[in-house]
Amino acid sequence: MATIIAEATGQAILSEEHEQSFLRKYIFSTDHKVIAIQFLIYTLFFLMIGGLLAMLMRYQIAWPARGQLPLGGIFPESMVASGYILPEFYNSLVTMHGSVMVFLAIMPMLVGVWANYLIPLQLGTHDMAFPRLNMLSFWAMVPAGILTLASFFVIGGAASAGWTLYAPLSARPDLTGVGLGQVMWLAALVFVGLSSILGSVNYITTVINMRAPGMTWMRMPLTVWSLFITAILGLLAMPVLSAAGIMLIFDQTIGTSFFLPEGGGQPLLWQHLFWFFGHPEVYILILPAMGFTSEILSVGSRKPVFGYKAMVLALVSIAFLGFIVWGHHMFQSGMNPMLGLTFTVSTLFIAVPSAIKTFNWMGTMWRGNIQFHTAMLFAIGFVAMFAIGGLSGVFMASTPVDIYIHDTYFIVAHIHYVLFGGSLFALFGAIYFWYPKMFGRMMNEKLGKIHFWLTFVFFNLVFFPMHGVGMVGMMRRIYDSTGYAHLQGIEDSNALMTWSAFVLFASGFLFAFNFFWSLKKGKKAEANPWNATTLEWQTPSPPKHGNWEEIPVVYHGPHEYSHPDVEDKDWLAQNERPDVPSPAPGSH
Amino acid sequence: MAHAATAGRVPERGLDVYTQKVGMWVFLCSEVMFFAGLIGSYVVLRFGAADTWAEPNEVLNVPVTAFNTFLLICSSVTMVKAFAAAQEGDQRGIKVWLLSTTLLGAMFLGVQVYEYTELVLHQSWEGSHGFTPAAGLYGATFYTMTGFHGFHVLLGVICLGWATIRAWRGHWGADNTHGIEVLGLYWHFVDLVWIILFTIVYLI
Repeated sequence: MATIIAEATGQAILSEEHEQSFLRKYIFSTDHKVIAIQFLIYTLFFLMIGGLLAMLMRYQIAWPARGQLPLGGIFPESMVASGYILPEFYNSLVTMHGSVMVFLAIMPMLVGVWANYLIPLQLGTHDMAFPRLNMLSFWAMVPAGILTLASFFVIGGAASAGWTLYAPLSARPDLTGVGLGQVMWLAALVFVGLSSILGSVNYITTVINMRAPGMTWMRMPLTVWSLFITAILGLLAMPVLSAAGIMLIFDQTIGTSFFLPEGGGQPLLWQHLFWFFGHPEVYILILPAMGFTSEILSVGSRKPVFGYKAMVLALVSIAFLGFIVWGHHMFQSGMNPMLGLTFTVSTLFIAVPSAIKTFNWMGTMWRGNIQFHTAMLFAIGFVAMFAIGGLSGVFMASTPVDIYIHDTYFIVAHIHYVLFGGSLFALFGAIYFWYPKMFGRMMNEKLGKIHFWLTFVFFNLVFFPMHGVGMVGMMRRIYDSTGYAHLQGIEDSNALMTWSAFVLFASGFLFAFNFFWSLKKGKKAEANPWNATTLEWQTPSPPKHGNWEEIPVVYHGPHEYSHPDVEDKDWLAQNERPDVPSPAPGSH
Repeated sequence: MAHAATAGRVPERGLDVYTQKVGMWVFLCSEVMFFAGLIGSYVVLRFGAADTWAEPNEVLNVPVTAFNTFLLICSSVTMVKAFAAAQEGDQRGIKVWLLSTTLLGAMFLGVQVYEYTELVLHQSWEGSHGFTPAAGLYGATFYTMTGFHGFHVLLGVICLGWATIRAWRGHWGADNTHGIEVLGLYWHFVDLVWIILFTIVYLI
């Protein structure tokens, strides 16, 4: 116990660089920075897998009757037969694209990578509160990934009941033909839940108890605030999903009937449990992105975040409201219309804090000295895309409109505007921004800008037309739309989206090349290449084991740019110049 | 602002509580939501199919489980005694009370295994032999809820056993009580969940 306590308070691992074996240092590491990098590699891999699944889907949507899938021969007969993607495999693609992206790519990339990397550095502490639990939270993701990949190759194939896994489709193997694959998916989910809960316990405890002297709540960077609130959401939402997932496993395997009407169970119960988790989950997927964006916009505009307190309160209220709106996913499930109305109203409320954040981002940039580096471009892209995704969210919050667009490509457009245009844009921005801190080298700016513009243009070409085909009535999980009279005439739109999707996917490889090439060949990064104020930039790049020679003392708010009392430079680090009052008198 | 520079190197504590204890409280919040998911589902399913539920005592052996509940409550008391002994540095007390808590927890598990065996092998349900998880929603919810609680007890007993071994090595004392306190928090939580489960699954 003594050693654990010592590690927890950061006493034992101060800054002496003790020799560690390769295994301890890079594989089974308890250093939060190494764990974050492990998460980063893991999630980038699954981002590619998820993208690949999407490419196969896009091929099928654009040319359902053509066959001739390029490299179709490398797939087993049970997936692709004579160049045609089989309908069962298409269902698996839909399901697994969503699951992989949400659970194995975006969520662990937002939280696993950045909460691990940034919380101790931005708060000025040596490591997480519980380094070994932290290690476990990464290693719990490994079986989840293996189970997910392996499930494609078992008899019956991978799960195919949709990423929302509605019962009874997901609960009875005879309905989809998928038995083992579904159980493996659920088992993977339980591991993801375990990882997420262990991580959340760590992040929350660290934020509560491990802040550097002077780092009061209202001096925490917005990134830490957003990750803290996200961890609370994960802590309270993931266990409900785990409980539901375990019940679904029992329905599949040992003959219970929690969600099967023929045994007295209730399919609707699954929907309630899933969305009780699922709606907080969508905020888990966007709040950290909002935090990164706030920070990058402030650094890139050389101005303090506009309305810091309002930003914090908006995060908190989004998180709170996120727990009482899950029913808006179920307007079509036959719920009492009065109940539907309450869910409509509570959902529309979320537009208020979201709009506060959007206007504050614009206020942050307003009359700033804007530096258009790649991270900044992605952050600005985030604001624009999030505004579109947020507005289409208001459409579907309203029950009558939602009934019309329910389960169409309009929904697909919305989710991708917030999850790709939102979360993933912010994640790319975060990688470009914190890469120099992580690896001690800069990513290539020119490639980065090309990557941004390709992503920005082709993202919109893929997903904006989806609003249109959705309004026409194209169903979201349809295998072949050509057989429907009302869907005649959208083939060209679909082909355009597919070609754009291919370019979008290819631009990811440009990013990957930049990422790995810069590891070795990138320009050496100084400690603080962006002239940023937060604590992580006040220690060498990359920081040593233990982060600090000496724990910093904090005197200022997190985003003190262009402070009127500081003449020689346009930024004021959180841990310097105790004589300068902050925030600046007369500002804010 | 000069005084801040001399404030020393003490971290800014949000709570005046040591980190492990905060961590355990945070973890228990998550556990509350896990059991809330199970119990909430139980309530919904039972209201939806009330006629398929058996009367108390019809299938389940309430007296045996009442005795088991008593064991678990006693183990909470011995856990408190262990923590009190640790605070006073009473080495013999630490050993005795930690060992009693471990044994009471293990006995609880033993009785639960006995209960399950009896139900599966000798109890009848709706004319067929054996009351299993596949025996309607009643069986499914019963085994899921008590099973997951039992799993939590098992984890607790393993940790308690480990703490007991450490007690014999003289690990705990007045200057080292945190581990026992944090373990105690978990153990009381498991006990509390059982009291709720016993009430809603066995008694009503």
